[in-house]
This record gives sequence, C-alpha cells and structure tokens, in this order.
Amino acid sequence: MSAAALPANKRRRMMVTPEGLALPITIASRGSRAGALIIDVIIIIAGLIAFNLLVRWIAGGLLDGTVLDVEAAPRGAQEFLQILLVIAGFVTWYGYFLVQELGPRGATFGKRLVGIRIAARSGGRLAAEAVIARNLLRDIELFYPLVFILAMLIGATMGEDLGTLAWAATAWFALFLLLPFFNREALRAGDIIAGTWVVETPRTRLAKTLSTQGAAAASGASDVTGMRYAFGEAELSVYGEKELQTLERMLRESSPEALATVHAAICRKIGWDPGAGDERAFLEAFYGQLRAKLEGEMRFGKRKADKFS
Amino acid sequence: MKAPVLSAWFGRGAVAAPPDIASAALRSDRFRLEREGDWRRLESIVARMERGGLKRIADDDLLALPALYRTAASSLSVARETSLDAATLAYLEGLVQRAWFQVYGPPKGFAAWLRDFVLGGWSRAVRAIWLDICITLFVMVAGAIVGWLLVARDEAWYYRLVPGGLADTRVPGASREELLATLATEESAVGLSTFAANLFSNNSAVCILAFALGFAFGIPSLLLMVHNMAMLGAILWLFSGQGLTLELSAWLSVHGTTEIFGILLSGAAGLHIGRSMAFPGTRPVLVAAAEAGQRGAVVMVGVVIMMIVAALLEAFPRQLVDGTGSRFLIGGMMLAFWLAYFFLYRPRRAGPEQA
Repeated sequence: MSAAALPANKRRRMMVTPEGLALPITIASRGSRAGALIIDVIIIIAGLIAFNLLVRWIAGGLLDGTVLDVEAAPRGAQEFLQILLVIAGFVTWYGYFLVQELGPRGATFGKRLVGIRIAARSGGRLAAEAVIARNLLRDIELFYPLVFILAMLIGATMGEDLGTLAWAATAWFALFLLLPFFNREALRAGDIIAGTWVVETPRTRLAKTLSTQGAAAASGASDVTGMRYAFGEAELSVYGEKELQTLERMLRESSPEALATVHAAICRKIGWDPGAGDERAFLEAFYGQLRAKLEGEMRFGKRKADKFS
Repeated sequence: MKAPVLSAWFGRGAVAAPPDIASAALRSDRFRLEREGDWRRLESIVARMERGGLKRIADDDLLALPALYRTAASSLSVARETSLDAATLAYLEGLVQRAWFQVYGPPKGFAAWLRDFVLGGWSRAVRAIWLDICITLFVMVAGAIVGWLLVARDEAWYYRLVPGGLADTRVPGASREELLATLATEESAVGLSTFAANLFSNNSAVCILAFALGFAFGIPSLLLMVHNMAMLGAILWLFSGQGLTLELSAWLSVHGTTEIFGILLSGAAGLHIGRSMAFPGTRPVLVAAAEAGQRGAVVMVGVVIMMIVAALLEAFPRQLVDGTGSRFLIGGMMLAFWLAYFFLYRPRRAGPEQA
C-alpha cells in the first residue's frame, strides 16, 4: 500500500478562491479514483451490451451472421442498425464522461459514488475545454497501455521474440499509465494537459452547538446532581486548542465509557478527585469554560496550540 | 473521518430548529447561531443546484446565491480567527467549497458550449495554433517526399511502408489497368454506410492518438505524421510510375482534403502542447501545458467533426462519383470551405467574457 494509504493530511492542499479566501481541499486518493473509473467502465460496458441486446431483440435476427461477411453485404434496415451500434459505441464512450463532468456536480456517476469530483487547479472556473481535454487523453494513457501491455505479456508467455522496440514501447506506455504515481497531486496526463485535479467532495453536516446544551450552556448545571462545575485559571491553563478539539470530538461522538476514561485523565491532570456517574456534565462544563478562556485569549491574539506550548 | 456515504444520500431529513441564541454561553457560538440560517439556506440552494441544474431554483434564491456565498466565505474567515469549534469550522469549509464549485462551476452546459464552438470558437482555436500547423505541414510534406524517395531507391521499402492485405493489387509491378481498377467506382451504394461508420470510428481514434501523443514534447505526434505521409508518398510513387498521378490525386482529394487536413490539425494540436511544455516561456510548465491543452482540445473536437465529414465523403462520393474533374471539384470545394471557415470566418466574440 503506497498511495492509498497516505494519511489524509498529506493530501491536503490550500486553494485560494477568487475572493482571496484560502480553502483547504483534499486531493482524492489514487485508490478512490481507480475505483471510480472501474465503476464507470462497468456502467458503460453494461449499458452498451444492454443496448446491443435490445437492438438485436428488436431487429429479431436481422443481424445474425452478417458481421464482416463481404458476400452478404448488409442491406437497408440491417445496415442502419449496424451504423447505429458503431455510433452508439463512440458517443457513449466519450459522451458519458463529458456530459457528466460538465454538469453541476463535476463528476461521473462512479466519482459521485466514491465522493470525488474534478476542479480547476488554479482555483478559478472549470472551463468546458478543460473537461474535454482531460477526457480525450484517457484512452491514450489508460486503455491503449493496458491493452498493449496485456498483449505483450501474452506474447511473452507464448515464447514470441518481441525485440527491443516492443519493450521500449511498453516502457513508454507504462510511463503514461503510472504517471499519477510520480507526482504528489496524483495528476494523470489528462489532468496536466487540462489544468484540473481530482479532489474529495466535502460532505460535512452542521453539528449541534455544544455551548447551548447540558452543562456547557450559560446557566449550565448537571442534570444528574444539579451542581455547577467551575474551574479556576490554573486548571484551565493545562490544555490547549488541540486538546480542546479532541474533547469536542469526544463529546460529539464517543460512548459514556470513553468519556469516563477522559474524565479520569483530566481529573488526574488538574488534581481533582474523580467522582463517578456525572462524567458528561463535568466534561461539558470543562469544555465550555476552556473554550471560553481560549477564545477570549484568541481575541487578543494569544493562541495556545496544545498543552506543550 | 468522513461521514458515511449513504447517510449523505438518504439523510436529507428535517433540520432541527436552532436553539435560542441567548442560551449560548460562548460568543463564538452566538456568532454561529446568528448566521446559521443563511448557511442553511445556502446549503439547500447548493444541494438543489448539484442535483438538478439551474432550472429548478427560484429566481430570488438564485439572486441571493452570490451574496450568501460571500456571507459564508466571510463567516469562515471570521470563525477561523474567533472560534475553536472544530465541527463548525469543518462544516463552513465544506459549505464554502461546495458553493464555490457552483458559483465558479462550468460556465455553461454542453449545448451552449457547442453553439459557441461552431460559431467562432473552433476557428479561433485553429488560428491560435497557426505556427504549429505550419510546422506540422512542413513535416508532413517532408514525410511524403521521404516515402517517395525511399521507395524510388529500393522497392522493398514499399512493403514496409504500406501495410497491404493479401488481395491488394496495389503493389510494385502492378499493371496500369490493375491500378486504375482500384480507383474505379462501386456499382451501388450497398454496404457503404457501414464502411463510413467504421472509417469514422477508426480515423477519429488515430487523430486522438496523434493529439494525445503530443504530450511527450510533440515528438511522437510528428513521427506519426511522418509515418502516415511516407505511406502516402509510397503510393504516389507507385501510381506515378504508371502515369496515374492525376487520377490518384483526384481520387484522394475527395475525402483527403478533409481527412488529411484533420490529421494535420490533430498533429498540430499535439505539437502545440508539446511545444508549450518544452518552451513554456515565463509561465510555469503546468500552467503552459494547461493553456495549450485547452486550446488543443477545442481543435480536437473539431477534428472529430471533420472525420465524420471525411468518412461520409470517403464512403459515398469517392466510391460513386467517377471522373477526375468532378472528383477534384468535390475535393477542392471541401478544401476551400475549410480554409475559409478557419481563416476568413472571424465573428466577433459573443459574450463579454471568454473562459
């Protein structure tokens, strides 16, 4: 596992919008892009086969046994159907990617499914020309190499003499195929030409405000004991922003058992005597007051990144 | 961790009413609660745009979109400096990014783009790569001459340059009558449309290959051009040996003026990319490649259209129209049309902005 296993923060980039706002975006992993492509190709092939079968079913045996038979040259309706199949293949192959990526989602069905989309590298508009350019190159950098290398491998196992030129061509095609592995942005040749990249689509939902609920609220008191926790300056200076946000995540997501552990750890650190049964209220109050303190200092330009600083 | 995909697809349920602003203990949370309504409205507009394009969105929503986008963007800047609520920050970053994709998304759909393309965009792109067209033309002519000279020196080259089928009579040593027969017309149009469809599919694939190979500094594109034109040179040599140059040219010109022009353009588009990557000037290489690639892509869409025309010409008029004069007439008309369309047709740009 090389690329797909890269931690998410190695794929983080800053993109500056035309308003001058720096937005963090995450470059799609190579694994998810490969997955999206496989889904798309399966859809296209299945669609073409279904269309083919449908035409044959409608035609009712009209097309039987005429393929590449010079003597029985196709006539009339039969000829029309054959043309229809050729054109449908061409249009589907290029149209599938083009029309969907030009749409408002900027993603094919496969990309949507794995949660990625294309975007302009410059942070500006995604031009139609860019979408076309990146799709024109897909054949040359992906399918020709795959077919060619497969043919070479089969030839090599059959014991054919391949010659230097064939190996040079294989190396050349392999270079195209593996290009995404040679740059940090995972750009394929089509992305380089078009000035695009593939990024993850954000799907965050707005979480609840923590300072309006439970013991973190202004009038916050514990539901269980009815008491209010108040922490002193010294107790709140133990932790920094990193710990605060870890605590926030725990409060939003974790189970009571995990909260009990955190509760014990914090009590040990600030020298309180850990009780039991009221962990959540304690943590909410601690979170609320720690955040109030840190944000207050933040407004004066003083930041404390973590407990070590 | 990312939220599970399925919940994003199905979980568009009711949104809980935001709590009372005054109840929030923290200033940053009050800030959030005051603006949350705008954010949610923006989110719902963006979600509708992602799903169904612009048509399903009410006018006042659409008018509010830029303002809402800027509100969210400015909220994000403020929140980054005043709030330590990681969940809200992540939500805002995601929301602004989604809205940004919509506000700065593809400026027009495929149909609108196509109209702009036919009415001027295509010829503009062709004129923009004039230098590459000249270079490619030179290389192609040189390739044809090389093919001719090689075969003239040694006939064995013919078999290397021209891949022939078993029944092909177009080989060195063929008689004048045999060669003339290959230029004759078919008796009927039967089977020709299938032939045209296959030709089109095949030729477009070759052109896209020529374009895509330009990525390697344009050299493979030029090699492909030389190879194709050397084949043409060899065939020319064969027919001229029997005094049939004029007849062959007429036969070729019917579709060749369109097809070879298309191949020329695709080679030039490939070379354009290769050249701008090799000599990017003051721009970064990736920026230069992207600019050239987008220009080349426009030319290539045009090439695909030219290949459709060429395949139709190759299948029908070439096989059905007889006589050197009328064949030249068709070919010449096509060439004149393309030249006029690319270099004389210069409409003014439609919109104020051109992406």
